Amino acid sequence: MTQTLGAAHPTPPTVGQIEKLSFKQRRYTKAKQSQRLAAAWMVTPAVALLLVFVIIPIVLTFALAFTNAKLISPTGPQFVGIDNFSRLFGDPVFWKSLRNTLIFTIFVVPLQAGLALVLALLINVRIRGVNFFRTVYFLPVVTSMVVISLLWKFMYQPNGLINGFLAVFGIDGPDWLGNPNTALVAVLIMSIWQAVGFHMVIWLSGLQTIPQDMYEAGAIDGASNWQRFRYLTWPALRQTRTFILITITIQAFALFTQIQVMTQGGPLDSTSTIVYQAVRTGFSLQQTGYASALSLVFFVLVLVVSLAQRYLTRDKDVKK
Amino acid sequence: MSDTLAHVAEADPVPVGEPGPERSAGRTVLRYAVRLLLVLVFALPLLFMLVSSFKPDTQIFGDLDSIDAFLPVGDVSLDNYSAVFDRVPFWQFMMNSVLITVLTVVLGLIVNSMAAFALARLKFRGQGILLGVILATLIVPFETLALPLLWWVNHLPYYDGSIGWLDTYEVQIIPFVANAFSIYLFYTYFDSIPRELDEAAKVDGASWFTIYRRIVMPLSGPAIATVSILTFLPAWNQYLWPLMAVQSESLRPVLVGIDYFSQLTTNWGQIMAYASMITVPVLVMFIAFQRAFINSIATSGVKG
Repeated sequence: MTQTLGAAHPTPPTVGQIEKLSFKQRRYTKAKQSQRLAAAWMVTPAVALLLVFVIIPIVLTFALAFTNAKLISPTGPQFVGIDNFSRLFGDPVFWKSLRNTLIFTIFVVPLQAGLALVLALLINVRIRGVNFFRTVYFLPVVTSMVVISLLWKFMYQPNGLINGFLAVFGIDGPDWLGNPNTALVAVLIMSIWQAVGFHMVIWLSGLQTIPQDMYEAGAIDGASNWQRFRYLTWPALRQTRTFILITITIQAFALFTQIQVMTQGGPLDSTSTIVYQAVRTGFSLQQTGYASALSLVFFVLVLVVSLAQRYLTRDKDVKK
Repeated sequence: MSDTLAHVAEADPVPVGEPGPERSAGRTVLRYAVRLLLVLVFALPLLFMLVSSFKPDTQIFGDLDSIDAFLPVGDVSLDNYSAVFDRVPFWQFMMNSVLITVLTVVLGLIVNSMAAFALARLKFRGQGILLGVILATLIVPFETLALPLLWWVNHLPYYDGSIGWLDTYEVQIIPFVANAFSIYLFYTYFDSIPRELDEAAKVDGASWFTIYRRIVMPLSGPAIATVSILTFLPAWNQYLWPLMAVQSESLRPVLVGIDYFSQLTTNWGQIMAYASMITVPVLVMFIAFQRAFINSIATSGVKG
């Protein structure tokens, strides 16, 4: 490809064509041609890479889901119809994984978004040390999830740091990760702790787009703090809110690292998730076809959320 | 932006969002108390990690029920660190991670900014559709693609003539170079640079590539910083993909390394030492450039 692009003019206009054009037109055509050529040069690397490593794999997710493809196999993938899906829907681990994924999402979205908003409001004030507070709240975001999962795995031990802390208040903490009733909650708490700073920053950037005179007008009208928040801040954050809810939802659907490092889906599949199950079947068991079917279910979930986002943002534009 | 607000703070301690007329000392104390409590919530686990990395396991467990858990007291040494180096080729893992991250960021900056330049400042057929397709790929999370991609790269020809890219450096870098979101960020930034500059340069006989390299890129510092940070964090923190695509210990990045390490040993002090060695450099870098980091993340929210 580089070879053909390297030529100065891949399809030079014939002399006859050029002679038919006026001087001005000739210059214009040449300029246009050099633009097209430069553009081809410049977009090709990115487009080729996106094609090979994003677009083809998207197509493959759909195609392989209907085959018996294995990661390493002497024979190529064969079409097996909806076999993977009927196996999937008959698999109790799939339903548990789907349930865990949805439960995790239902709790993580409001809790994380809400706490992040509280943090943002606490930071969006004129007091000393705002920068310091913001930096510290953000620390877990830049720390790798693998490290955080290991650290919290230790803190969650029956005789670990968290139960030690709870004991100060006379609370007898559970074996957080070893108990099927608390394992998912434990993962949830840790996940919120890690990512809340990220969403705090997004809320902050939303808050800072709100014009100050709105608040001044509110103050003159004698609005209380709550009224100011309810009638000024909250509606103004609509765009930010949609974005945050969508990103947390999609991140929650993709729950994987914490599970892989902390619980391996256990105990009793109480923390297995769709992506975890997909990776386990697709990678450890090398069943690419089956894993692609799982990925497809995951993709449909994401698509539904993204379409909901489209709908919500459109709704707003209409009201305007 | 909060930094400007912090300056104003010294003159007038009225909250921005919630200007309250009451400014009693009690309220101020409460205001700081809440925020400092939150500082503890976010900082203490990380401090615990760092402090524990200097203690033997008996000391770590012994300190758990007291404030000593967060203080470097008692039997403190560098033993855990030397144990990590004895047990695994830590520097090799570190070098792998640095190499992978640096190459992903640098190649990504070049490839994505060039594509964005063409899309934002040149005219060619199919431009709108191309941009649309690139942006559409943004809704697909990597986790959806990971397994089909694993199968796919295992069937791609490798440059030495063999088939399959698994277990190489390339497989940890090349798939992540082109990035729709980076293209989008560069695109919006380039779009805001006046086009008169291009015309002036054209008159002087500059080629489009010269305009990109000598005029537009030097003006794009903020966009370059944002894209670098937003590429750096996921590249450094990559875990799912190298876990699947790399088997050889010699190609392993630090984060997959720590996962294996934690399965090898039951010594938490050593795990904390390993964790500290991969976390502290990133945290130091974050604190040094915290404004740039936070602004980049804030920018990533703009697309909503």
